[in-house]
Amino acid sequence: MPEKTLPHETTTPEAVSTALKSGAGKPRSLGQDAWRELRGSWLFWASGVLLILFIVMAAFPSLFTDVDPRQADLRGHYLAPPNWSHIFEGDWFGYNGQGQSVYARTVHGARASIIVGVCVTLAVTVVGGFVGMLAGYFGGWVDALLSRLTDIFFGIPLLLGALTLLQAFTHRTAWTVSLGLATFGWMQIARVMRGAVITQKQADFVTAARALGAGTGRILLRHILPNVIGPVIVVATIALGGYISTEATLSYLGIGLQDPVVSWGVDISAAQSQLRDAPHVLLVPASFLSLTVLAFILLGDAVRDALDPKLR
Amino acid sequence: MGRFVARRLLQMIPVFIGTTLLIFLMVYSLPGDPIKSLFGPKAADPATVARLRHEYGLDKSLLEQYWNYISGLFQGDFGQSFTGRPVADLMSEAFPVTIRLALLAFGFEVIVGIALGVLTGMRRGKFLDQFVLVLTLLVISVPVFVIGYVTQFLLGLKWKVITPTVQDSENLGQLMIPAIVLAALSLAYVIRLTRTTVGENLRADYIRTAVAKGLPRKRVVGVHLMRNSLIPVVTFLGTDLGLLMGGAIVTEGIFNIQGVGFTLFKAIQTSEGPTVVGIVTVLVLVYLLTSLLVDLLYAVLDPRIRYA
Repeated sequence: MPEKTLPHETTTPEAVSTALKSGAGKPRSLGQDAWRELRGSWLFWASGVLLILFIVMAAFPSLFTDVDPRQADLRGHYLAPPNWSHIFEGDWFGYNGQGQSVYARTVHGARASIIVGVCVTLAVTVVGGFVGMLAGYFGGWVDALLSRLTDIFFGIPLLLGALTLLQAFTHRTAWTVSLGLATFGWMQIARVMRGAVITQKQADFVTAARALGAGTGRILLRHILPNVIGPVIVVATIALGGYISTEATLSYLGIGLQDPVVSWGVDISAAQSQLRDAPHVLLVPASFLSLTVLAFILLGDAVRDALDPKLR
Repeated sequence: MGRFVARRLLQMIPVFIGTTLLIFLMVYSLPGDPIKSLFGPKAADPATVARLRHEYGLDKSLLEQYWNYISGLFQGDFGQSFTGRPVADLMSEAFPVTIRLALLAFGFEVIVGIALGVLTGMRRGKFLDQFVLVLTLLVISVPVFVIGYVTQFLLGLKWKVITPTVQDSENLGQLMIPAIVLAALSLAYVIRLTRTTVGENLRADYIRTAVAKGLPRKRVVGVHLMRNSLIPVVTFLGTDLGLLMGGAIVTEGIFNIQGVGFTLFKAIQTSEGPTVVGIVTVLVLVYLLTSLLVDLLYAVLDPRIRYA
């Protein structure tokens, strides 16, 4: 072990040249710094692997199972218990009250949850980011107007607002549910963005850019945005898990996705009446749901730690 | 201080009007006819529909309806639900139940949350800290209806420690478990938030000074550390009280508690416009008043903050 850690070994010419080639001597950008930090974090790898698994599951469910999630065999399989040794087979997690394979439904259910989570987060980041940026940069009456608008929407809790809005749609798809959640979810990003822009717009580099003749759009997008995007990404990543959880809650209340769509929330909702006889029908999709939410929260935590230079 | 309160109260007016208008528009302008649905599957008599529409003011323009609603509100009139009961009547039944539940949950959050947050914040990296941290992550990632069902299943049905549903909403013992379920998510956030700020403030100069002055540990932690660490926690707790009351939809449904969440959800499902708008109006008021209270508490906690 001493050969590795002796200082003079790293100062050999070859080592110096490789160090220079790999850019160790050059100043690193915040992104590169964050990436170096992330590479060493086991939380990042654990949540990343879990997320990739769920995303592959959402994109190509047939890789995991060839059982049709809608095929019901009531007589043969009604509430059949799990068969823990039959890994990746139709009866691995047992059957539900319709005689459908819980494993196949859980695998196919990933898609709806992830689509809703990603769509809502994208919409919320764009809308909230835009509103927050305008409010923070222009200040004055623009800020007063947009901040009051944010306050107005903040007065209605996410679940309550989405419930009221979605109640009007008799036919609900992943897109309508995303719309409902995004309408009442953008305010947090707007506030974070506004705060970050206010602290950045006084910075010397903004004055310098303006002195060089850069227009408002260029200052906002090329100079301020890269400096404020960090906290927004962190909030958005953590919120993504929350949106998935809220989508499931909506489906559970019967005002989210609807039956022909295979989704974790729909399955949990259907399983609640049989909780006493067949807890696995509820607990399996619930565990997958919780793991997805957990993975997004952990990823957000890891990214925050990596982006915050004060914690290093 | 007086001027600050006055200014904040004035600022609340546009937010109050905006939020109630928003929920009003959502409830009344979206498709679905509440009057026709009163008739069920039977064909509605057009004359009766027209009369009922006129009675509830639904034949006027939306803004006119909103104006009538708001001016009624200032005279203490919340309007009438489509079943004929005054909304104020419905609410006076539901709110006491939810207030009991929400206050229990809130108390639990404050006491357990801050205590565990301070304990883990001061013992960072130790076993208790890691254990509580993992536990909070678990609670945050498991949706509240799953927590509710599993609690009901284990405690109520399997081990029979509690009654599976609440029979008597005035019995605080029966409300205890639902309150804990309701508080679980916010509790996890309170613990994490307190832990972070306590951990940061422990390294602050004023703590070192306080220790160096020879102050007893109790005073250093209880006065110097707590007062400075509580500001972000108080902010969170303040906005949370309103959320606890409105967010009880799921918990009240699982444990069959006939409170605000329960009533609200039923009203949303049956397009009971007046009831939805009435309850949300009160919830918005609670939210606005608690956020004002939080702002005033800042001045108490941090002497550097003074309101002119």
